[in-house]
Parts: sequence; structure tokens; C-alpha cells
Amino acid sequence: MELILAIGIGVMTGSGVWLILRPRTYQVIIGLSLLSYAVNLFIFGVGGIKTNAPPLLLDGVITSTLTDPVPQALVLTAIVIGFATTALFLVVLLAARGLTGTDHVDGRETK
Amino acid sequence: MNSLPPHIVVAPILVPLITGAILLFIDERKRNFKAVVSVVSSLVLLAVAVALFMEVNSTVSTEVAAVISTGVYLLGNWPAPFGIVLVADRLSGLMVLLVALLALPALIYSLAKWHRSGAHFHSLFHLMLMGVNGAFLTGDLFNLFVFFEVMLAASYGLLLHGSGQLRVKAGLHYIAINLVAALFFLIGVSLIYGVTGTLNMGDLAQRIAGLNPDQRMLLETGAAVLGIAFLVKAGMWPLNFWLPSAYSAASAPVAAIFAIMSKVGIYVIARLTFLLFGQTAGMSAGFGHDALLVGGIATIVFGTIGVLASQALGRLAGFSVLVSSGTLLAAMGTGNPMVAAGALYYMVSSTLTISAFFLLIELVERGQDAGANVLAVTMEAYGEGDEDEEEDEVGVTMPGTMAVLGTCFAACGILLAGLPPLSGFIAKFSMLSAILNPSGLGADDTVSTLSWWIVFLIVFSGLAALISMTRAGIRTFWGSLEGTVPRVLVIEIAPILLLLGMTLAMTIAAGPIMRYMQETARILDLPESYIQGVMTAPRAERSQEAIP
Repeated sequence: MELILAIGIGVMTGSGVWLILRPRTYQVIIGLSLLSYAVNLFIFGVGGIKTNAPPLLLDGVITSTLTDPVPQALVLTAIVIGFATTALFLVVLLAARGLTGTDHVDGRETK
Repeated sequence: MNSLPPHIVVAPILVPLITGAILLFIDERKRNFKAVVSVVSSLVLLAVAVALFMEVNSTVSTEVAAVISTGVYLLGNWPAPFGIVLVADRLSGLMVLLVALLALPALIYSLAKWHRSGAHFHSLFHLMLMGVNGAFLTGDLFNLFVFFEVMLAASYGLLLHGSGQLRVKAGLHYIAINLVAALFFLIGVSLIYGVTGTLNMGDLAQRIAGLNPDQRMLLETGAAVLGIAFLVKAGMWPLNFWLPSAYSAASAPVAAIFAIMSKVGIYVIARLTFLLFGQTAGMSAGFGHDALLVGGIATIVFGTIGVLASQALGRLAGFSVLVSSGTLLAAMGTGNPMVAAGALYYMVSSTLTISAFFLLIELVERGQDAGANVLAVTMEAYGEGDEDEEEDEVGVTMPGTMAVLGTCFAACGILLAGLPPLSGFIAKFSMLSAILNPSGLGADDTVSTLSWWIVFLIVFSGLAALISMTRAGIRTFWGSLEGTVPRVLVIEIAPILLLLGMTLAMTIAAGPIMRYMQETARILDLPESYIQGVMTAPRAERSQEAIP
């Protein structure tokens, strides 16, 4: 489980970093999305990976087998904020495309 | 916190939030009404900030052991490490006051023309103030992330305000870089949480000393990754190439309020290095100081070169932001509370100056013909053509325009260069004096090589600012023989005079203000007071009578 999670985070981060260094705005936005997925998984992972463990303290639940609920709450917040800012970036991307007539990040093609 | 209701701590966040929300629902055509609501709200914010500032000051005790000058507000009334807390101590009180003092002039300035050139200017402006105030007041790392994002989301909209190709391009870069920085923030926060199991800054500072070496390594990694997010905002070299283009592309009132945004990064770094890696940190004490020192020095060098090389005034101001950031980072990196006291004074002074300078630039450049000099050619190459449109401005025109503009320009130059008699000189003098006498005046200290470099660079960056400002001033005010006199309204020049007047007041009242800064820096260097204040904050009683 740890290995799958680690490989997943690593692959998405690597692809994301490569994409945000590309010259097209669309590639940049996909790269940012991939990076934010990787970061969300990372936050989820820092609470410790436990399977079939409840996040709520109920009668009969031993605290050492409890899943830490705080990273889950953090991930939820991070997803919402990341989604909103990506949507905002998309609007600016379209505005730049409309104003400059190109989808290059610098607004003009390099020869 | 006896004389005022405890909710005063949350008021600097609620006032702009409510105003921003209300303004969203008012039709864009009712501009005058929106403007009135907006200005009234920022006056209320100023009153709240002053009240909070006085409150925070009044609770100072002289005994070191009993310094709990923090006004802690438990959101949701959960006790400290479990719920989110807001903390108003002397430093955050000062910063909130500075925000309110900057917001009012920028807002008044925007009423002349800028608030008409796009939708929802006032809403975005107030939401950004909310984010900035929240970042200054919060005592919880993840809550800091949320307020940071509120501030940034509003600033994306504000940077694009007025539209135009140049702004959209600068905005695109600005947003992309800040989204990546936000991801660094999240990685850092989650690493710190993973190691310590807490996000409350006071609780975190308490736990650091007890970590074992493996955990310490992870914590320091987390802190370093977290620091990158703030250093991007503060503009430390090499994370600052976006800053001059973004700030010079923004419309004048927006750039004026952006001057506080780079100080948010500085504030968080100062807060976290003194709190987490101060005296109570055990093995980790002093972590990051060297990086800040060297990074600050590199930033001053980069900013100084930029200031000398700038042709356009907007970029000159952008690079001045970097010089100011670099000076502050280097001063924080010394880890000496006396230097930090001078740095706090410098921060207030330079923020006011740069804000006034950004407002002034637009008025000065209004008088220049397009295509008349190199400056305009460069601007055309950047694709800026939206400034030329004739607006039918209503209002009283300023008499003796050139004289007033020239005087303001000279004042900005003196402040940026740090020449006497204005507050820029006092700020730099107090920093240099503290750097050269690390253990107080009269003591026989050896001064390290790095300190000499800081001294040299601070003085040299002042010289560079002076050269650049003189050159720009000669070209603008003396070079154009038949240049048209710009039409400047009273409500455009008044905010600049207001901001410069504040620096003048800082000069006249330098003694008391400097004492305040020294006390603030001394308390900042005593993490115990913060920790105790946060951890022992009493919950509010159910009956509303006996709120502590």
C-alpha cells in the first residue's frame, strides 16, 4: 500500500513538474493539476496509512488503530481551494489566448 | 483584554469580509454608492485597527517572566491546541494597523478613475484586506494557508483589474508561480503536521525541543519547504523574477496595496523563525538564519542592480520592493532582536514609501508624451497601450501640479535612499547601528565579515536608489521642455501626501515609535510569552457577562 502510494505521488509529481516547464498554457494548467493531486495524496499520507480503521473515536476503538482525521480534513480544504484557483487560472489562460492570439505562456511565439 | 469586547480581535477580518460580500450584491452602475460603502468600511477598519493596537499595547507588563501581551481569541471556543486561535500580539497589531493605513489612501486614489475600469474592484479590494489581516492574526498554520489563499485569489483579480495585454501576461505568470508556491506551502505544513501532530503555532513551538533527531530532520525539511512558499511571496532571490513585472503591470492603487503583500511573507518568516527556532527550540535553535542572511544579501544585490538598470519608473519601484525585502530578510537572518527592532521600523517606513511611490508614478507618467523618449518605446514593446485613452474626469484639478509632484518625487527619493531628514534614514541608521554593535552600544565586539557586507550593501543600495531617482527625476521634471502638464485631481494627490505625511510623522515621533519597535522585537524573541498566552487562553463563559 505504501509503495503504491509513493509511486503514485512520485509519478504525478514528475509529470507535473515536466508539464509546468512546458511553453503552452494548457500544458502548464494540466501540470499544476497533476501536482496538486500529488500534494493532496501526500497530505493524506502524512497521517499514516491505515486500512479499515475508523477516523472517529467511538466506544471500543483503541486510539492506536485510529485513522488520523485531521489530514483528511486538510485534504478536503486543499482540494476545494486548489479547484477554485485552477478554475481562476483557466479564465486568465483564456483571456491571454484571446488577447495575444497565441497559447504561449509569454504571449508570443519564440522563433 | 478588559476594556474592549474580546471580539475586537476578529473584527479586522470580519469588517472587510462583510463589506466585500455586501458590495458584490450592489449593481456596478451604482458606483458612487459602492465607493461610499467602501470608504466608510475602510474608515471603520482603521478605527478597529487603532483600537486593537491600543489594546495590545496596554497589556504589556514590564516583567520578563510575565510578558503575556497576546490577545488570544478562540474561534469556536475550543481550547488552544484543538481549535483554531487568532493571536493579536504587538507585532500583529502593528501589521494590522499598517494595512489599514495603506488601504485608505489606495482606496481614495482609486476613486478618481481606477475603480471604474473593471468590475468588482471594491469587493476584491476588501477581500484581499481580509486575507492579509487574517494572515497577520492567525495562530494556526493551516488557517494561515486558507487566509493566504484568500489574499492571493483576490490579488489575482486585482492584478488583472483594468485588463490589457500586459496585465494579463503578468497575471498569468503571477498566478502560475503562486499556485506552485501554494503547493510548497501544503507540503511543508503536512510534513510539520506529520512529525509533530499539531498545527497550532504555539503548541508546535512547545514540542520542537522534545523531538528526536530523525523527527527533527523531517521537521526542518518541512519548515524549509514551507519557507519557500513565503520567500516566493517576500521576493527573495532567486524566487523573485516575477515580482517587478507583476507589480509594475498592476494599476496604481493595486500596486500600492500590493506593497503590503510582500511584507506578509516577511511577517510570517519573522514570526516563525523567532517562534519555532528561537530560544525554546533546543537543538533546532537558529535554524534557517544563515539561509535568510545569505538570501537577503543576494536579494539586495539583485534589487540594487535592477534599480540601477530600470528605465521605466514602475520597474524601478518594483525593484525597490526587492531591495526592501532583501534588507528585511538579512536583518531577520542576524537573529539579533535589536536589529529586528530597526528592521520593523524600516518595514513600516519602506512600505509607506513604496506605496506612495507607486501612486505617484502613474501621475508623473501621465504627463509624458507617447513615443517621446526611450521609456515610451520600451513600454510599447511590452504592448502597453491602454493608458492613452482620454477619460472625462470630474473633480477639482490640483493647482501647481508640477511643483507638488516634484516635491513628492523628491521626498520618495530621499526616503528610498535613506537620506536624512526623513524616516528612511532613521530606519537604516538604527539597523546599521545594531548590526555594528551586536551586544549594545559601548561594548567591544568583533563584527563578522558577513555583517560588514550587509552594512556595505544597505548603504550602497541607498546610493543606487538615489542615482536612479535623480536620473528619473531629471528626465521627468527638467528634461521635457514643452511637456504637457498632467491633469491631476486633488483626490489623487491627497493620498500620496497622506502617505508621505505618515513617514514625516514617523520621523518626528521616531523616539516613541522606536521604543515600541524595540519592545515588540524583544517580545518576539521570547517565544515563551506567545506559547503561554496561547496555551493558557481561557474559554469564554456561557453567560455573556464574564468574558475574560
